[in-house]
Amino acid sequence: MSTDTSRLNRIVSPSQRELWYRSYKRFASQPMSIVGATIVIGIILTAIFAPYVAPYPEHIGKYTNFANAYAAPSLEHPLGTDDVGRDVLTRVMFGYRLSLLLAAAVLGIGVPIGVMLGLIAGYTGGWVDAAIMRVTDTFLALPPLVLALAIASVFEPTLEIAIFAVASLWWTWYARLTRGLAASQRDEEYVQAAELAGAGRIHIMLREILPNCLSPLLVKMTLDAGIVILTGASLSFIGLGVQPPRPGLGTMVASGTEFLPQSWWISIFPGFAIFLLVLGFNMLGDGLRDMFDVEVEQ
Amino acid sequence: MAISLLGLSMLVFTISRVLPGNPARMALGARASEEQVAKLAAEMGLNKPLPVQYIDYITGLVVGDLGQSLQTRNPVLQDILVKLPATLELITLSLVLMVAIGIPLGVIAARNRGGMLDNATRVFAFSVVSVPSFFIAIVFQVIFGYYLNWFPITGRLSLEHAGSVTSTTGFMLIDTLLTGSLTAHADAWLHIFLPALALSFGGMGQIIRITRSSMIDVEGKDFIEASRGYGLPGWLVAYKYSLKNAFVPTLTIIGLLYAWLLGGAFIIEIVFSWPGLAKYGVQSVLTTDVNALVGVTMVIGLMFVLTNFVVDLLLDWIDPRIQLASDTA
Repeated sequence: MSTDTSRLNRIVSPSQRELWYRSYKRFASQPMSIVGATIVIGIILTAIFAPYVAPYPEHIGKYTNFANAYAAPSLEHPLGTDDVGRDVLTRVMFGYRLSLLLAAAVLGIGVPIGVMLGLIAGYTGGWVDAAIMRVTDTFLALPPLVLALAIASVFEPTLEIAIFAVASLWWTWYARLTRGLAASQRDEEYVQAAELAGAGRIHIMLREILPNCLSPLLVKMTLDAGIVILTGASLSFIGLGVQPPRPGLGTMVASGTEFLPQSWWISIFPGFAIFLLVLGFNMLGDGLRDMFDVEVEQ
Repeated sequence: MAISLLGLSMLVFTISRVLPGNPARMALGARASEEQVAKLAAEMGLNKPLPVQYIDYITGLVVGDLGQSLQTRNPVLQDILVKLPATLELITLSLVLMVAIGIPLGVIAARNRGGMLDNATRVFAFSVVSVPSFFIAIVFQVIFGYYLNWFPITGRLSLEHAGSVTSTTGFMLIDTLLTGSLTAHADAWLHIFLPALALSFGGMGQIIRITRSSMIDVEGKDFIEASRGYGLPGWLVAYKYSLKNAFVPTLTIIGLLYAWLLGGAFIIEIVFSWPGLAKYGVQSVLTTDVNALVGVTMVIGLMFVLTNFVVDLLLDWIDPRIQLASDTA
């Protein structure tokens, strides 16, 4: 049944390639989208290849070289060295790995859970919908950082717990978004057609409705990656995330504050590194939003 | 609203009691003996069945008993009431700065749509949304505190005034006026300005963007064209007619942001050693002071829910077309 509708679409509407081309044009017409995409791709590549491109890969752990501590930015150490003589640039590159890992893990856990619950709530309606959304609203009744703090505080602080804490509340945004999308699709003709054709509920939710919700979800995920990274960095900054000597960006900012303002580079460069990555995701997400022409609350 | 609060209390209770780890053991530390832990657990009511514990906890909440802080040994509610004004003062000023800077920038961007000023504002809005609050706080401290020496960088008041100001309301800007000392009042302003500005950044970007887009939506409407036709100056049309009608989405986001600021304050209060609720909350997290943590989380959740409720009422009042849905209770 769904193939019939898509064949019909192909006759009356522009070809898929034409649509993609138009979308790309919309994306590329905003210089900021291109800048955002460049920043994000650049940082992801740096993070992946950090062991090969970082100048001093041995500086990521308990390495110390006090003779070279507090060195100001120079050619050997473009971002200076920290209080025990480790290269800040190297640690920032590896810090990006942890930040991106956090974002990928949180979204990897939170999005499927939220999307499934949202689909069920939006497509089923009735008391199931009411029950799921009531739980979701409760989670949304607290600032994410406070809730993450409360959860993280019960355990020993590590990156893994920070991921768990943030993921355990991040699904709520996706449940709400998907529920709205699914509820608006429920009465569309293609869904009714599939129902008449005898398709099962799971088939309708996953194969009919979900594909029509993908672009808002993708935009939301891109914008969210930045916010998740900020939340994780804030947890680390307080001391509830990545623990030293692991090079978490938030952790590095926090431990560098002791040496302000003289050795400002220990704190300021990792902080700026977080800013750059989040800025990249926000610009990219905004460009994708224009490209797919969807409304997503942030 | 009542249901949200009940749900919130269950969520917070679950986090504090059901997750692994014995709160009494965590409060006393690893070196405490089994007897000490058992005694404290009994005092805290931890050995009763969970449903009974939950009912105890709810009855406590209703009469305003949040238990005793394991760290300060004071009733948690008393601690919170002492700390709350400092946080409210900070986030309120922060909200004022956010609106006072954000809305004009949004209007300017909308009026110069596609131009240099629009793009500059866009870059600014993106930047302030993306910057980690602890980072901007530190940058402010280094530039305006250490190098330029314009502002003090910690606390609410300088030491020389601390003794002379009596705490009547808990709001330093009001208390210093009540004391009648203008120098102390000015000192309080100097102390609050940097943290409030740093805290306002994240939300300011959102206000700029939402004001800009709703101004542009209103721009094409007939009544705007008509007021232009009468020859009213552009700025008057923009602020008096467009902005008024574009204000509903902005107000909605402002309400959300007020509550969101409570979360942001957690970071800012640490960096600026601001003796508020958020700092108390973080200390309770770091010392695993369960009662205090639960109390702080509940109070913040309560304010979150209340703010949203008040915003709904305000929206209803500003724009009679919006009806309060009967099931938002």
